[in-house]
Amino acid sequence: MRVIPRFLNDLIVGDVQADRVVPPSGFTARLTTFAAGAMAFLAVFALALSLASGRLATRWGDELAHSSTLRISAPEGQMADQTAAALRLLLTTPGIEAARALSDEEQRALLEPWFGPDLPVEDLPVPQLIEIQETQEGYDAAGLRLRLQAEVPGAVLDDHNRWRRPLEQAAGRLRLLGWVSILLIAATTATIITLAANAALAANAQVIAVLRLVGARDSYIAQAFVRRFTLRALLGAAVGVVVGLGAVLLLPAAQAEGGFLTGLGFQGGGWLWPVLIPPLAGLVAYFATGHAARRTLSELD
Amino acid sequence: MIELDNTAYSYGGGELLSNISLKLAPGSFHFLTGPSGSGKTTFLKLCYGALVPTSGHVRLFDQDVREMDRDDHAMARRRIGVVHQDCQFLDHLPIADNVALPLMVSGRETLENHSNLKELMHWVGLGNRASALPPELSGGERQRAALARAVIMSPDVVLADEPTGNVDWEMSQRLLQLLIELNKMGKTIMIATHDLNLIRAAKSKVQARVLRIANRKLQLAGADL
Repeated sequence: MRVIPRFLNDLIVGDVQADRVVPPSGFTARLTTFAAGAMAFLAVFALALSLASGRLATRWGDELAHSSTLRISAPEGQMADQTAAALRLLLTTPGIEAARALSDEEQRALLEPWFGPDLPVEDLPVPQLIEIQETQEGYDAAGLRLRLQAEVPGAVLDDHNRWRRPLEQAAGRLRLLGWVSILLIAATTATIITLAANAALAANAQVIAVLRLVGARDSYIAQAFVRRFTLRALLGAAVGVVVGLGAVLLLPAAQAEGGFLTGLGFQGGGWLWPVLIPPLAGLVAYFATGHAARRTLSELD
Repeated sequence: MIELDNTAYSYGGGELLSNISLKLAPGSFHFLTGPSGSGKTTFLKLCYGALVPTSGHVRLFDQDVREMDRDDHAMARRRIGVVHQDCQFLDHLPIADNVALPLMVSGRETLENHSNLKELMHWVGLGNRASALPPELSGGERQRAALARAVIMSPDVVLADEPTGNVDWEMSQRLLQLLIELNKMGKTIMIATHDLNLIRAAKSKVQARVLRIANRKLQLAGADL
Protein backbone atom coordinates (compact mmCIF):
# COMPACT_ATOMS: atom_id res chain seq x y z
CA MET A 1 0.00 0.00 0.00
CA ARG A 2 1.46 3.26 -1.19
CA VAL A 3 -1.14 5.17 0.76
CA ILE A 4 0.35 4.40 4.14
CA PRO A 5 3.74 6.14 3.75
CA ARG A 6 2.04 9.21 2.28
CA PHE A 7 -0.49 9.13 5.08
CA LEU A 8 2.27 9.03 7.69
CA ASN A 9 4.22 11.70 5.90
CA ASP A 10 1.24 14.05 5.74
CA LEU A 11 0.55 13.38 9.33
CA ILE A 12 3.90 13.52 11.04
CA VAL A 13 5.99 15.76 8.85
CA GLY A 14 2.88 17.41 7.51
CA ASP A 15 2.87 21.07 6.80
CA VAL A 16 2.73 22.84 10.08
CA GLN A 17 2.08 26.03 8.17
CA ALA A 18 -0.86 24.51 6.34
CA ASP A 19 -2.19 23.72 9.77
CA ARG A 20 -1.75 27.32 10.88
CA VAL A 21 -3.71 28.86 8.04
CA VAL A 22 -6.94 27.41 9.40
CA PRO A 23 -7.98 29.16 12.61
CA PRO A 24 -7.97 26.97 15.71
CA SER A 25 -11.37 25.62 16.70
CA GLY A 26 -11.86 24.70 20.33
CA PHE A 27 -15.26 23.22 20.97
CA THR A 28 -15.96 21.27 17.77
CA ALA A 29 -12.46 19.82 17.97
CA ARG A 30 -13.23 18.37 21.38
CA LEU A 31 -16.51 16.95 20.07
CA THR A 32 -14.69 15.11 17.28
CA THR A 33 -12.15 13.76 19.74
CA PHE A 34 -14.91 12.66 22.08
CA ALA A 35 -16.85 10.92 19.29
CA ALA A 36 -13.73 9.08 18.14
CA GLY A 37 -13.07 8.03 21.74
CA ALA A 38 -16.61 6.77 22.28
CA MET A 39 -16.50 4.80 19.04
CA ALA A 40 -13.14 3.25 19.94
CA PHE A 41 -14.52 2.27 23.34
CA LEU A 42 -17.44 0.50 21.68
CA ALA A 43 -15.08 -1.09 19.15
CA VAL A 44 -13.08 -2.64 21.98
CA PHE A 45 -16.21 -4.41 23.23
CA ALA A 46 -17.32 -5.49 19.78
CA LEU A 47 -13.83 -6.87 19.27
CA ALA A 48 -13.89 -8.66 22.63
CA LEU A 49 -17.27 -10.16 21.74
CA SER A 50 -16.02 -11.36 18.35
CA LEU A 51 -12.87 -12.90 19.75
CA ALA A 52 -14.65 -14.53 22.72
CA SER A 53 -17.39 -16.06 20.59
CA GLY A 54 -14.76 -17.16 18.10
CA ARG A 55 -12.92 -18.97 20.89
CA LEU A 56 -16.15 -20.49 22.11
CA ALA A 57 -17.04 -21.82 18.68
CA THR A 58 -13.60 -23.35 18.28
CA ARG A 59 -13.68 -24.92 21.72
CA TRP A 60 -17.08 -26.49 21.27
CA GLY A 61 -16.07 -27.64 17.84
CA ASP A 62 -12.78 -29.20 18.97
CA GLU A 63 -13.77 -30.75 22.24
CA LEU A 64 -17.07 -32.17 21.17
CA ALA A 65 -16.34 -33.09 17.61
CA HIS A 66 -14.24 -36.10 18.53
CA SER A 67 -16.22 -37.54 21.36
CA SER A 68 -19.55 -39.31 21.64
CA THR A 69 -21.54 -41.01 24.35
CA LEU A 70 -23.19 -44.40 24.43
CA ARG A 71 -26.06 -44.77 26.85
CA ILE A 72 -27.12 -48.28 27.89
CA SER A 73 -30.44 -48.85 29.55
CA ALA A 74 -30.94 -52.45 30.54
CA PRO A 75 -32.61 -54.46 33.30
CA GLU A 76 -30.52 -54.79 36.45
CA GLY A 77 -29.11 -58.23 35.65
CA GLN A 78 -28.08 -57.59 32.06
CA MET A 79 -26.35 -54.26 32.56
CA ALA A 80 -22.87 -55.65 33.06
CA ASP A 81 -23.17 -58.05 30.10
CA GLN A 82 -24.49 -55.42 27.75
CA THR A 83 -21.82 -52.95 28.82
CA ALA A 84 -19.10 -55.49 28.16
CA ALA A 85 -20.63 -56.37 24.79
CA ALA A 86 -20.89 -52.75 23.83
CA LEU A 87 -17.26 -52.06 24.80
CA ARG A 88 -16.09 -55.06 22.78
CA LEU A 89 -18.07 -53.91 19.80
CA LEU A 90 -16.86 -50.32 20.07
CA LEU A 91 -13.20 -51.26 20.31
CA THR A 92 -13.45 -53.25 17.09
CA THR A 93 -15.13 -50.40 15.23
CA PRO A 94 -12.78 -48.54 12.90
CA GLY A 95 -12.50 -44.83 13.74
CA ILE A 96 -12.85 -45.28 17.48
CA GLU A 97 -9.72 -44.71 19.46
CA ALA A 98 -10.91 -45.50 22.95
CA ALA A 99 -14.09 -46.39 24.78
CA ARG A 100 -14.51 -46.39 28.54
CA ALA A 101 -17.42 -47.06 30.81
CA LEU A 102 -17.93 -44.32 33.39
CA SER A 103 -17.58 -45.46 36.99
CA ASP A 104 -20.37 -45.02 39.53
CA GLU A 105 -18.52 -42.11 41.13
CA GLU A 106 -18.23 -40.30 37.81
CA GLN A 107 -21.90 -40.84 37.06
CA ARG A 108 -22.83 -39.58 40.49
CA ALA A 109 -20.71 -36.46 39.90
CA LEU A 110 -22.58 -35.84 36.68
CA LEU A 111 -25.93 -36.14 38.38
CA GLU A 112 -25.00 -34.22 41.48
CA PRO A 113 -25.83 -30.74 40.16
CA TRP A 114 -29.39 -31.91 39.54
CA PHE A 115 -30.15 -34.27 42.41
CA GLY A 116 -27.82 -33.22 45.21
CA PRO A 117 -24.90 -35.05 46.82
CA ASP A 118 -26.84 -37.69 48.75
CA LEU A 119 -28.28 -39.45 45.77
CA PRO A 120 -28.29 -43.22 46.14
CA VAL A 121 -27.28 -43.94 42.56
CA GLU A 122 -27.05 -47.66 43.24
CA ASP A 123 -30.79 -47.85 43.97
CA LEU A 124 -31.83 -46.00 40.84
CA PRO A 125 -32.17 -47.42 37.35
CA VAL A 126 -29.50 -45.07 36.07
CA PRO A 127 -28.28 -45.96 32.57
CA GLN A 128 -24.62 -46.81 32.12
CA LEU A 129 -22.64 -44.24 30.14
CA ILE A 130 -19.71 -45.10 27.87
CA GLU A 131 -17.40 -42.33 26.75
CA ILE A 132 -16.10 -42.75 23.19
CA GLN A 133 -12.97 -41.05 21.84
CA GLU A 134 -12.90 -40.87 18.07
CA THR A 135 -9.85 -40.75 15.84
CA GLN A 136 -9.33 -37.76 13.56
CA GLU A 137 -11.23 -39.46 10.75
CA GLY A 138 -14.21 -40.37 12.95
CA TYR A 139 -16.47 -43.40 12.58
CA ASP A 140 -19.56 -44.25 10.61
CA ALA A 141 -22.36 -43.40 13.05
CA ALA A 142 -25.14 -45.01 11.00
CA GLY A 143 -23.24 -48.29 10.66
CA LEU A 144 -22.43 -48.36 14.37
CA ARG A 145 -26.07 -47.78 15.27
CA LEU A 146 -27.13 -50.78 13.16
CA ARG A 147 -24.57 -53.07 14.76
CA LEU A 148 -25.50 -51.87 18.26
CA GLN A 149 -29.15 -52.51 17.54
CA ALA A 150 -28.32 -56.10 16.74
CA GLU A 151 -25.93 -56.86 19.59
CA VAL A 152 -26.78 -54.40 22.41
CA PRO A 153 -30.49 -53.59 22.07
CA GLY A 154 -30.52 -51.24 25.09
CA ALA A 155 -27.81 -48.91 23.71
CA VAL A 156 -28.41 -45.41 22.41
CA LEU A 157 -25.58 -43.63 20.60
CA ASP A 158 -25.30 -39.87 20.99
CA ASP A 159 -22.64 -38.38 18.72
CA HIS A 160 -23.25 -34.86 20.11
CA ASN A 161 -24.02 -33.52 16.67
CA ARG A 162 -27.61 -32.81 17.57
CA TRP A 163 -26.78 -30.18 20.15
CA ARG A 164 -23.26 -29.23 19.08
CA ARG A 165 -24.31 -27.88 15.68
CA PRO A 166 -26.74 -25.19 16.92
CA LEU A 167 -24.29 -24.10 19.61
CA GLU A 168 -21.46 -23.82 17.17
CA GLN A 169 -23.73 -21.98 14.80
CA ALA A 170 -24.86 -19.58 17.53
CA ALA A 171 -21.27 -18.82 18.48
CA GLY A 172 -20.41 -18.26 14.81
CA ARG A 173 -23.32 -15.88 14.37
CA LEU A 174 -22.30 -14.00 17.50
CA ARG A 175 -18.80 -13.60 16.09
CA LEU A 176 -20.23 -12.35 12.81
CA LEU A 177 -22.40 -9.90 14.73
CA GLY A 178 -19.28 -8.61 16.48
CA TRP A 179 -17.47 -7.99 13.20
CA VAL A 180 -20.52 -6.33 11.67
CA SER A 181 -20.64 -4.07 14.73
CA ILE A 182 -17.00 -3.14 14.20
CA LEU A 183 -17.72 -2.28 10.56
CA LEU A 184 -20.72 -0.20 11.60
CA ILE A 185 -18.63 1.58 14.21
CA ALA A 186 -16.02 2.39 11.57
CA ALA A 187 -18.72 3.64 9.19
CA THR A 188 -20.31 5.75 11.93
CA THR A 189 -16.92 7.22 12.79
CA ALA A 190 -16.46 8.11 9.13
CA THR A 191 -19.91 9.72 9.08
CA ILE A 192 -19.32 11.78 12.21
CA ILE A 193 -15.95 12.96 10.98
CA THR A 194 -17.34 13.80 7.53
CA LEU A 195 -20.08 15.90 9.14
CA ALA A 196 -17.60 17.62 11.43
CA ALA A 197 -15.22 18.27 8.54
CA ASN A 198 -18.04 19.68 6.41
CA ALA A 199 -19.01 22.00 9.26
CA ALA A 200 -15.41 23.10 9.66
CA LEU A 201 -15.06 23.74 5.92
CA ALA A 202 -18.28 25.75 5.87
CA ALA A 203 -17.24 27.78 8.90
CA ASN A 204 -13.94 28.61 7.22
CA ALA A 205 -15.35 29.69 3.85
CA GLN A 206 -13.61 33.07 4.06
CA VAL A 207 -10.28 31.47 4.90
CA ILE A 208 -10.64 29.18 1.90
CA ALA A 209 -11.54 32.13 -0.36
CA VAL A 210 -8.42 34.02 0.75
CA LEU A 211 -6.22 30.96 0.24
CA ARG A 212 -7.63 30.40 -3.25
CA LEU A 213 -7.03 34.08 -4.09
CA VAL A 214 -3.35 33.85 -3.25
CA GLY A 215 -2.91 30.67 -5.29
CA ALA A 216 -3.32 27.81 -2.83
CA ARG A 217 -4.16 24.51 -4.44
CA ASP A 218 -7.08 22.46 -3.16
CA SER A 219 -4.71 19.78 -1.89
CA TYR A 220 -2.91 22.34 0.28
CA ILE A 221 -6.16 23.60 1.80
CA ALA A 222 -7.50 20.07 2.27
CA GLN A 223 -4.29 19.03 4.02
CA ALA A 224 -4.80 21.55 6.79
CA PHE A 225 -8.19 20.06 7.60
CA VAL A 226 -7.17 16.44 7.04
CA ARG A 227 -4.20 16.62 9.38
CA ARG A 228 -6.25 18.19 12.10
CA PHE A 229 -9.10 15.69 11.98
CA THR A 230 -6.78 12.71 11.65
CA LEU A 231 -4.86 13.72 14.77
CA ARG A 232 -8.09 14.30 16.67
CA ALA A 233 -9.43 10.88 15.71
CA LEU A 234 -6.12 9.24 16.64
CA LEU A 235 -6.02 10.90 20.02
CA GLY A 236 -9.69 10.27 20.77
CA ALA A 237 -9.49 6.62 19.72
CA ALA A 238 -6.34 6.05 21.77
CA VAL A 239 -8.07 7.33 24.90
CA GLY A 240 -11.19 5.31 24.06
CA VAL A 241 -9.20 2.11 23.64
CA VAL A 242 -7.35 2.59 26.92
CA VAL A 243 -10.61 3.16 28.78
CA GLY A 244 -12.27 0.26 26.96
CA LEU A 245 -9.43 -2.14 27.79
CA GLY A 246 -9.58 -1.00 31.40
CA ALA A 247 -13.27 -1.81 31.45
CA VAL A 248 -12.63 -5.26 29.93
CA LEU A 249 -9.97 -5.93 32.58
CA LEU A 250 -12.43 -5.01 35.30
CA LEU A 251 -14.92 -7.65 34.12
CA PRO A 252 -15.09 -10.64 36.47
CA ALA A 253 -12.73 -13.42 35.41
CA ALA A 254 -14.06 -16.43 33.53
CA GLN A 255 -15.25 -19.35 35.66
CA ALA A 256 -13.61 -22.75 35.43
CA GLU A 257 -16.73 -24.06 33.69
CA GLY A 258 -16.17 -21.47 30.95
CA GLY A 259 -19.35 -19.53 31.42
CA PHE A 260 -20.17 -17.56 28.35
CA LEU A 261 -20.58 -13.91 29.33
CA THR A 262 -17.78 -13.86 31.85
CA GLY A 263 -15.45 -15.17 29.14
CA LEU A 264 -15.69 -11.80 27.34
CA GLY A 265 -12.17 -10.49 27.01
CA PHE A 266 -8.88 -10.92 25.25
CA GLN A 267 -6.40 -13.77 25.44
CA GLY A 268 -2.81 -13.96 24.31
CA GLY A 269 -2.34 -12.36 20.90
CA GLY A 270 -5.89 -11.09 21.05
CA TRP A 271 -4.61 -8.22 23.17
CA LEU A 272 -2.88 -6.84 20.09
CA TRP A 273 -6.12 -6.30 18.21
CA PRO A 274 -7.34 -3.25 20.18
CA VAL A 275 -3.97 -1.59 19.56
CA LEU A 276 -4.96 -1.44 15.90
CA ILE A 277 -8.08 0.60 16.64
CA PRO A 278 -6.49 4.09 16.95
CA PRO A 279 -4.47 3.83 13.71
CA LEU A 280 -7.56 2.52 11.95
CA ALA A 281 -9.62 5.41 13.34
CA GLY A 282 -6.92 7.77 12.09
CA LEU A 283 -7.01 6.15 8.67
CA VAL A 284 -10.80 6.44 8.56
CA ALA A 285 -10.58 10.12 9.54
CA TYR A 286 -7.85 10.73 6.97
CA PHE A 287 -9.95 9.41 4.10
CA ALA A 288 -13.26 10.81 5.35
CA THR A 289 -11.87 14.33 5.78
CA GLY A 290 -9.92 14.19 2.53
CA HIS A 291 -13.04 13.14 0.66
CA ALA A 292 -15.20 15.79 2.33
CA ALA A 293 -12.63 18.52 1.70
CA ARG A 294 -12.12 17.65 -1.94
CA ARG A 295 -15.84 17.53 -2.56
CA THR A 296 -16.55 20.82 -0.76
CA LEU A 297 -13.67 22.62 -2.44
CA SER A 298 -14.62 21.43 -5.90
CA GLU A 299 -18.03 22.99 -5.43
CA LEU A 300 -16.53 26.42 -4.72
CA ASP A 301 -15.36 28.78 -7.43
CA MET B 1 -0.46 36.95 -21.08
CA ILE B 2 -4.05 37.98 -20.43
CA GLU B 3 -6.21 37.98 -23.49
CA LEU B 4 -9.89 38.77 -23.81
CA ASP B 5 -11.50 37.88 -27.09
CA ASN B 6 -14.98 39.22 -27.78
CA THR B 7 -15.79 38.64 -24.13
CA ALA B 8 -19.17 39.33 -22.57
CA TYR B 9 -20.41 38.93 -19.04
CA SER B 10 -23.89 39.13 -17.58
CA TYR B 11 -25.08 38.54 -14.02
CA GLY B 12 -28.37 37.07 -15.14
CA GLY B 13 -30.06 40.35 -16.08
CA GLY B 14 -28.79 42.28 -19.04
CA GLU B 15 -25.19 42.17 -20.09
CA LEU B 16 -22.85 44.18 -17.91
CA LEU B 17 -19.96 43.96 -20.33
CA SER B 18 -20.11 43.03 -23.98
CA ASN B 19 -17.80 42.64 -26.92
CA ILE B 20 -14.64 43.28 -24.99
CA SER B 21 -11.37 42.43 -26.68
CA LEU B 22 -8.05 43.22 -25.11
CA LYS B 23 -4.56 41.86 -25.03
CA LEU B 24 -2.44 42.73 -22.04
CA ALA B 25 1.10 42.76 -23.35
CA PRO B 26 3.97 41.95 -20.96
CA GLY B 27 5.34 45.10 -19.38
CA SER B 28 2.34 47.29 -20.16
CA PHE B 29 0.78 49.68 -17.67
CA HIS B 30 -2.97 50.22 -17.77
CA PHE B 31 -5.43 52.30 -15.86
CA LEU B 32 -9.07 51.31 -15.90
CA THR B 33 -11.67 53.97 -15.25
CA GLY B 34 -15.40 54.31 -15.51
CA PRO B 35 -18.34 55.32 -13.39
CA SER B 36 -19.06 53.16 -10.39
CA GLY B 37 -21.19 50.19 -11.27
CA SER B 38 -19.88 50.18 -14.82
CA GLY B 39 -18.17 46.82 -14.34
CA LYS B 40 -14.57 47.60 -13.44
CA THR B 41 -14.44 44.94 -10.74
CA THR B 42 -16.18 42.41 -12.98
CA PHE B 43 -13.67 43.16 -15.70
CA LEU B 44 -10.76 42.56 -13.32
CA LYS B 45 -12.34 39.32 -12.13
CA LEU B 46 -12.55 38.14 -15.72
CA CYS B 47 -8.86 39.01 -16.05
CA TYR B 48 -7.78 36.69 -13.23
CA GLY B 49 -10.22 33.90 -13.88
CA ALA B 50 -12.50 34.41 -10.89
CA LEU B 51 -15.36 34.75 -13.35
CA VAL B 52 -15.87 32.77 -16.52
CA PRO B 53 -17.22 34.90 -19.39
CA THR B 54 -20.79 34.22 -20.44
CA SER B 55 -19.63 34.44 -24.04
CA GLY B 56 -16.36 34.90 -25.83
CA HIS B 57 -13.01 33.71 -24.55
CA VAL B 58 -10.55 34.69 -21.86
CA ARG B 59 -7.05 33.27 -22.03
CA LEU B 60 -4.62 33.42 -19.14
CA PHE B 61 -1.03 32.62 -20.12
CA ASP B 62 -2.29 31.01 -23.35
CA GLN B 63 -4.84 28.84 -21.56
CA ASP B 64 -8.56 29.24 -22.01
CA VAL B 65 -10.19 29.73 -18.60
CA ARG B 66 -12.97 27.31 -19.55
CA GLU B 67 -10.41 24.55 -19.98
CA MET B 68 -8.48 25.27 -16.79
CA ASP B 69 -9.04 23.00 -13.80
CA ARG B 70 -8.82 24.18 -10.23
CA ASP B 71 -5.10 23.56 -9.94
CA ASP B 72 -4.50 25.48 -13.17
CA HIS B 73 -6.36 28.40 -11.63
CA ALA B 74 -4.25 28.18 -8.48
CA MET B 75 -1.09 28.23 -10.61
CA ALA B 76 -2.35 31.19 -12.65
CA ARG B 77 -3.07 33.13 -9.47
CA ARG B 78 0.50 32.73 -8.34
CA ARG B 79 1.45 34.69 -11.44
CA ILE B 80 -1.27 37.31 -11.04
CA GLY B 81 -1.22 39.48 -7.93
CA VAL B 82 -4.67 40.78 -7.05
CA VAL B 83 -5.59 43.64 -4.74
CA HIS B 84 -9.29 43.68 -3.95
CA GLN B 85 -11.33 46.70 -3.04
CA ASP B 86 -12.39 44.97 0.17
CA CYS B 87 -9.19 43.19 1.07
CA GLN B 88 -9.70 39.95 2.98
CA PHE B 89 -7.12 38.41 5.25
CA LEU B 90 -6.79 35.48 7.59
CA ASP B 91 -7.85 37.30 10.72
CA HIS B 92 -6.11 34.93 13.14
CA LEU B 93 -2.64 35.40 11.65
CA PRO B 94 -0.46 38.50 12.10
CA ILE B 95 -0.23 40.81 9.12
CA ALA B 96 3.33 39.73 8.26
CA ASP B 97 2.15 36.14 7.87
CA ASN B 98 -0.76 37.32 5.78
CA VAL B 99 1.58 39.17 3.46
CA ALA B 100 3.76 36.07 3.23
CA LEU B 101 0.75 33.80 2.65
CA PRO B 102 1.31 33.41 -1.12
CA LEU B 103 4.86 32.17 -0.38
CA MET B 104 3.56 29.89 2.31
CA VAL B 105 0.90 28.21 0.17
CA SER B 106 3.31 27.74 -2.73
CA GLY B 107 6.03 26.31 -0.48
CA ARG B 108 8.49 29.10 -1.28
CA GLU B 109 8.96 30.56 2.15
CA THR B 110 12.74 30.76 2.10
CA LEU B 111 15.17 32.76 4.17
CA GLU B 112 15.84 35.05 1.24
CA ASN B 113 12.15 35.69 0.86
CA HIS B 114 11.99 36.39 4.55
CA SER B 115 14.26 39.40 4.23
CA ASN B 116 12.30 40.49 1.18
CA LEU B 117 9.20 40.37 3.32
CA LYS B 118 10.71 42.73 5.87
CA GLU B 119 11.78 45.11 3.16
CA LEU B 120 8.38 44.96 1.56
CA MET B 121 6.60 45.62 4.85
CA HIS B 122 8.75 48.73 5.30
CA TRP B 123 8.06 49.80 1.77
CA VAL B 124 4.32 49.86 2.30
CA GLY B 125 4.81 51.57 5.66
CA LEU B 126 3.81 48.60 7.79
CA GLY B 127 7.26 47.81 9.19
CA ASN B 128 6.19 48.37 12.77
CA ARG B 129 2.77 46.78 12.35
CA ALA B 130 4.07 43.35 11.31
CA SER B 131 2.71 41.54 14.34
CA ALA B 132 -0.68 43.24 14.35
CA LEU B 133 -3.75 41.20 13.46
CA PRO B 134 -5.69 42.29 10.37
CA PRO B 135 -8.80 43.47 12.29
CA GLU B 136 -6.56 45.94 14.16
CA LEU B 137 -5.52 47.71 10.96
CA SER B 138 -7.07 50.82 9.47
CA GLY B 139 -8.58 50.73 6.00
CA GLY B 140 -5.47 52.29 4.47
CA GLU B 141 -3.17 49.87 6.24
CA ARG B 142 -5.25 46.96 5.01
CA GLN B 143 -4.92 48.15 1.45
CA ARG B 144 -1.17 48.53 1.75
CA ALA B 145 -0.95 45.06 3.24
CA ALA B 146 -3.07 43.69 0.40
CA LEU B 147 -0.77 45.29 -2.14
CA ALA B 148 2.28 43.85 -0.40
CA ARG B 149 0.63 40.42 -0.45
CA ALA B 150 -0.18 40.81 -4.15
CA VAL B 151 3.42 41.57 -5.15
CA ILE B 152 5.41 39.34 -2.80
CA MET B 153 5.47 36.45 -5.28
CA SER B 154 6.89 38.82 -7.89
CA PRO B 155 3.97 38.04 -10.18
CA ASP B 156 3.89 38.66 -13.93
CA VAL B 157 0.75 40.72 -13.62
CA VAL B 158 -0.66 42.91 -10.84
CA LEU B 159 -4.36 43.72 -10.93
CA ALA B 160 -5.43 46.33 -8.39
CA ASP B 161 -8.98 47.42 -7.72
CA GLU B 162 -8.99 50.96 -6.26
CA PRO B 163 -5.70 50.38 -4.42
CA THR B 164 -5.53 54.00 -3.30
CA GLY B 165 -9.15 54.34 -2.25
CA ASN B 166 -8.45 54.56 1.45
CA VAL B 167 -5.01 56.11 1.65
CA ASP B 168 -3.85 59.71 1.73
CA TRP B 169 -2.18 61.39 -1.20
CA GLU B 170 1.34 60.80 -0.01
CA MET B 171 0.75 57.11 0.56
CA SER B 172 -1.03 56.75 -2.76
CA GLN B 173 2.04 58.24 -4.41
CA ARG B 174 4.21 55.69 -2.67
CA LEU B 175 1.98 52.84 -3.73
CA LEU B 176 1.98 54.17 -7.27
CA GLN B 177 5.75 54.41 -7.14
CA LEU B 178 5.95 50.79 -6.06
CA LEU B 179 3.72 49.72 -8.93
CA ILE B 180 5.75 51.79 -11.38
CA GLU B 181 8.95 50.15 -10.19
CA LEU B 182 7.39 46.74 -10.59
CA ASN B 183 6.40 47.79 -14.10
CA LYS B 184 9.97 48.82 -14.85
CA MET B 185 11.01 45.32 -13.81
CA GLY B 186 8.82 44.07 -16.61
CA LYS B 187 5.59 43.37 -14.76
CA THR B 188 2.24 44.09 -16.30
CA ILE B 189 0.11 46.43 -14.20
CA MET B 190 -3.59 47.20 -14.35
CA ILE B 191 -5.12 49.62 -11.87
CA ALA B 192 -8.82 50.26 -11.65
CA THR B 193 -9.38 53.74 -10.22
CA HIS B 194 -11.53 56.78 -10.55
CA ASP B 195 -8.81 59.00 -9.12
CA LEU B 196 -7.84 61.10 -12.14
CA ASN B 197 -5.11 62.84 -10.20
CA LEU B 198 -3.43 59.51 -9.67
CA ILE B 199 -3.57 58.79 -13.40
CA ARG B 200 -2.10 62.20 -14.18
CA ALA B 201 0.66 61.67 -11.65
CA ALA B 202 1.49 58.32 -13.18
CA LYS B 203 1.50 59.59 -16.75
CA SER B 204 4.49 61.78 -16.03
CA LYS B 205 6.49 58.78 -14.82
CA VAL B 206 5.40 55.87 -16.96
CA GLN B 207 3.86 55.18 -20.29
CA ALA B 208 0.38 54.27 -19.20
CA ARG B 209 -2.67 53.55 -21.28
CA VAL B 210 -6.06 54.48 -19.93
CA LEU B 211 -9.03 52.22 -20.57
CA ARG B 212 -12.54 53.39 -19.89
CA ILE B 213 -15.64 51.28 -19.46
CA ALA B 214 -18.72 53.05 -20.71
CA ASN B 215 -21.96 51.66 -22.07
CA ARG B 216 -20.81 48.08 -21.48
CA LYS B 217 -17.85 48.60 -23.79
CA LEU B 218 -14.16 49.02 -23.16
CA GLN B 219 -12.69 52.09 -24.85
CA LEU B 220 -9.23 53.51 -25.03
CA ALA B 221 -9.42 56.91 -23.42
CA GLY B 222 -7.72 59.60 -25.46
CA ALA B 223 -5.39 62.40 -24.51
CA ASP B 224 -8.10 64.16 -22.62
CA LEU B 225 -6.35 63.44 -19.36
